[in-house]
Amino acid sequence: MPEAGADIIRLDGAEKHFGAVRALAGVDFHVRAGECVGLVGHNGAGKSTLMHMVAGTLVPDSGRIAVRGAIEASYSVPRAQQLGIRCVFQELSLCPNLSIAENARINHPALRGLGWRRKAADLIAAKLDEIFPGHSISASDVASDLSIGRRQMVEVARAFTVTQDPLELVILDEPTSSLDAHTAGQLLAFVRRFVAGGKSCILISHVLGEVLGNADRIVVMRDGKVVASDAAKAFDRDRLVTTMGGAEAREKIAAEIATQKPETGPLRVRARPARQEDGNELVAHAGEIIGLAGLAGHGQTDLLLAIFAAAARAKTGIDVTAPVALVAGDRQSDGIFPQWSIAQNIGIRSLARLRNGLLISPQREAELATFWQRKIGIRTPDMNNNIFSLSGGNQQKVLFARALGSNAKIVLMDDPMRGVDIGTKLEVYDLVREEAGRGRTFLWYTTETEELDNCHQVYVFKNGRIVANLGRDELTEEKIIQSSFGDAA
Amino acid sequence: MRPEMTAAPVETGPRSSSERGALARARLLRSLLPALSLGLVLLAIAWLNPRAISYFGFSLMLNLAIPIALATIAQMFVIAGNELDLSIGTFVGFVGCVTATWLKEAPLVGVLILLGSIGVYALLGALIHLRNLPSIVVTLGMSFVWQGLAILILPKPGGKAPDWLLSLMAFKPPFVPFPIIAALAIAAVVHFGLMRTSYGVILRGSGGNAAALSRAGWSLLKTKIVLFALTGLFGVLSGMALIGITTSADANIGNGYTLLSIAGVILGGGEFVGGRVSPIGAVIGALTLALAASPLLTFMHIPPDWQVAANGAILIIVLAARVLISRRER
Repeated sequence: MPEAGADIIRLDGAEKHFGAVRALAGVDFHVRAGECVGLVGHNGAGKSTLMHMVAGTLVPDSGRIAVRGAIEASYSVPRAQQLGIRCVFQELSLCPNLSIAENARINHPALRGLGWRRKAADLIAAKLDEIFPGHSISASDVASDLSIGRRQMVEVARAFTVTQDPLELVILDEPTSSLDAHTAGQLLAFVRRFVAGGKSCILISHVLGEVLGNADRIVVMRDGKVVASDAAKAFDRDRLVTTMGGAEAREKIAAEIATQKPETGPLRVRARPARQEDGNELVAHAGEIIGLAGLAGHGQTDLLLAIFAAAARAKTGIDVTAPVALVAGDRQSDGIFPQWSIAQNIGIRSLARLRNGLLISPQREAELATFWQRKIGIRTPDMNNNIFSLSGGNQQKVLFARALGSNAKIVLMDDPMRGVDIGTKLEVYDLVREEAGRGRTFLWYTTETEELDNCHQVYVFKNGRIVANLGRDELTEEKIIQSSFGDAA
Repeated sequence: MRPEMTAAPVETGPRSSSERGALARARLLRSLLPALSLGLVLLAIAWLNPRAISYFGFSLMLNLAIPIALATIAQMFVIAGNELDLSIGTFVGFVGCVTATWLKEAPLVGVLILLGSIGVYALLGALIHLRNLPSIVVTLGMSFVWQGLAILILPKPGGKAPDWLLSLMAFKPPFVPFPIIAALAIAAVVHFGLMRTSYGVILRGSGGNAAALSRAGWSLLKTKIVLFALTGLFGVLSGMALIGITTSADANIGNGYTLLSIAGVILGGGEFVGGRVSPIGAVIGALTLALAASPLLTFMHIPPDWQVAANGAILIIVLAARVLISRRER
C-alpha cells in the first residue's frame, strides 16, 4: 500500500479537443491515497472527459499523466488496470446477454481455466454481499433480467472485485443515479470503509448532498477547467452551486411554492393504486404539483401508467378529467425517437394540431419547435438536427417540450430528471412551477428528495400502496423516509 | 442528502426475485421451444408414416442433417458477433468442389486450400472490423467470389470424394443412427467451447456490449477474427461432410445453405443482434429444418412444387410462437 497522502494519480495540464470543441483546457488534477475526491460540475463541464483520461479510455492531446510519481508515457486501459485504477462508467456497461458471473469474468482476465465459473460467481457474490447486504441478486441471473438499479449495483460491485491486479482507485460516475436511498446509503457507507482502508475513490454525483457528505476534498469543474478544489468541509451547498455557476438556491423554490399555493381548482385526477386496501387515494386539482415519493419501484410508476391508460379508456378506481401527457424516465428506451430530428421529437404529441389536411405541416412543426427551443433553452444550432446531437440534459428538455407543448392539462413525470445536471434541473423546475401557475397539473414521481420541494402535496408509496399523504408544511425528509420504511400500511 | 439506514433488506427494483423467477421460466420455455418444434415434426412424421421412426428411417431422413447442422453452427458464430454471413452457402459449395477434386488427387494442396480459405474468413472479419463495413455487403460480395472459384475448379458436376471421407460418412454405429450421434457431438463440442469456456464469454460479450468489452481491455479485432475464422472452419467441415454423403460435387450444391443456416440459428433460439445464440438450439433447429424440409412434406403428400412454400410456412409458425413466448419476458 502506498503511504498515506502520496499521489495515486496526477494529471498536469491535460487538454482535449473534439473537433472545434475544447472539452478540457489545461486541467491539473490529482488524487491521494486514502482520499475520496468529489467531482462536481454541470453536464459538459468536462468531468467525463477528465475521468476517461484517468481510466485510460481517452488520451489527452497534451499534458502529463503520472501514476504514483512515475510518468506514464503510453497510458491505456490495460495499463490503468495493471496499476489498479478502475472506472464505473455512467452508461451501464454490462453485457445484457451474459450472466452476472460471466460479466465479472470480462473484467478479470485471470478468471480462466478449470472452475472459472465457480470462481467468478463466488467473487461477485461475495462483493455484492459486502456492499449491498440483502441484495437478492444471484450470480447466475442474466443481466438483462435485472432492473436498472440492480444492474448498477452489479456494476459497482464488479469494479471493487480483485483478482490478480491491485485495486487502488475507483472512479464512480453517478453511481447512485438508479439506486434508491437505501442502497445508495449502503454504497456510500462502503465507499467510506474503502477509503478508510487507504484506497482512493473519485465520486461524481449530481446529488450534491452525497458529495458534500462523503468526499474528503471537492473539485469543481466549469467549462473544461477546474475552478475550485478544497476540503469538503470548506464547502456548503450554496458555495458549491455558486462555484458551479448554477442558478439560484433551492430556498427560493421553497418560498415560491409556499406563497404560490393555488386555491383549489377543479378536480383533475382521482386515483387509487390497484393494491391499495384502505381508503387512501391520490387527488390532484388544476394547478397543483403532486409529488410521488418513496423507495424506487414501489408502485409509483405503475400508478402513473395506470392514470395514463385511464385517460384513454375508463378504468375503475381512477378518474381523469383532462388530456394527459407522460414524460418518460428511461428516455433512451421510452422517450426518444432515435432516428428523428429534435423538432419531430417535440411535435409527435401534438400531431393533430400540426396537421394541414392529411399531411403534417412542416411550417407549424418548425414554429412549435422554435417556440419551445426559446422557452426551455434547448442548446442546438438547428432544431432539424438529429436528437442525438444533443447532450443528455437537453434531450430531457425535448421530452418536456413534447409534453408541455401538447394540449395535455395533466403532465405525468416518471422520475425524468435522473442523471440530469443541476442547471438544467433548475430551469425545468422553474418551468414546471410556471406551467402549474397557468393551471396545469403535474404528477411527479421522483427518487430525489430535493425535487419534492417543488410540490404542493406529496404521497409516499410503499409496496404499491400510498402510506402517507404530506402537505407542503409537513414535508420533511425524515417524514418521507419514516413512511417509506415504516410498517404502517 | 441520503442518510444511511439499517433497515431490513428491501426489494429495491421493480423486479423482485419471484418475478425474475418468472423471467427465468420464460427463458427456459424459449430454450425448450426448438426441442418442442423438433418433437412436433417428429410426431407428425410418426403419425403419417410410423415406419419412418426406425434406425433405417432416421438414417435416411437425417441424411443431410450433418452438413446443415455444421453450416448452421458456422452461421451462429458470426451471428454471435452481430454479423451475418450471406456467403456460407456458396462457400460450402466451394469447399465441396475442392474436396471432390484437390483433396482426393493432391491431399496436401487440398488441405492448404481449405486452410487458406479459413484464413480468408479471418481476414474478412478483420476487414469488417477495421473498416467498419456492413458484413452483409462484404459477405454478399464474397458469395460471388466463392461461387466463381467453385465453377473454375469444377465447371460441370463431377469429382469424387476421398475414400476416407466416404467411409466416415457411411459409418453405421449400432442402435443409434450416425447423424444423431454426429449432431449430439457437434452440439456438445460447440456448447462447451462457446458457452462454458472463459474465452467463449468474451466472444458472446462482443455481441452483447462491444463497448464494455473494449473498455475492459479486450481486443474487438481479435474477437471478430476468431468468430469469422470459426465460421470458416465449420463451413469447411460442412462442405466436406456434404461431399462425403453425396460422393460427388457440383458448384451449386450448397446454395440453399445460406438461408437454411440463418433460419436454423433463429429457429434454435438465437437472435440477430445482442450475442444471444444457442449452439444446442442451432443444431436442433438444423435438424428440424432438415426433417421439415422434405421428409415431412413428402409424407404429407405435398407436391414438390409447394414444398418450399410449405417450408416457409412452418418457419413462420415456429418463429411466431417464439415471439409470443419472448413477449412474456417483457
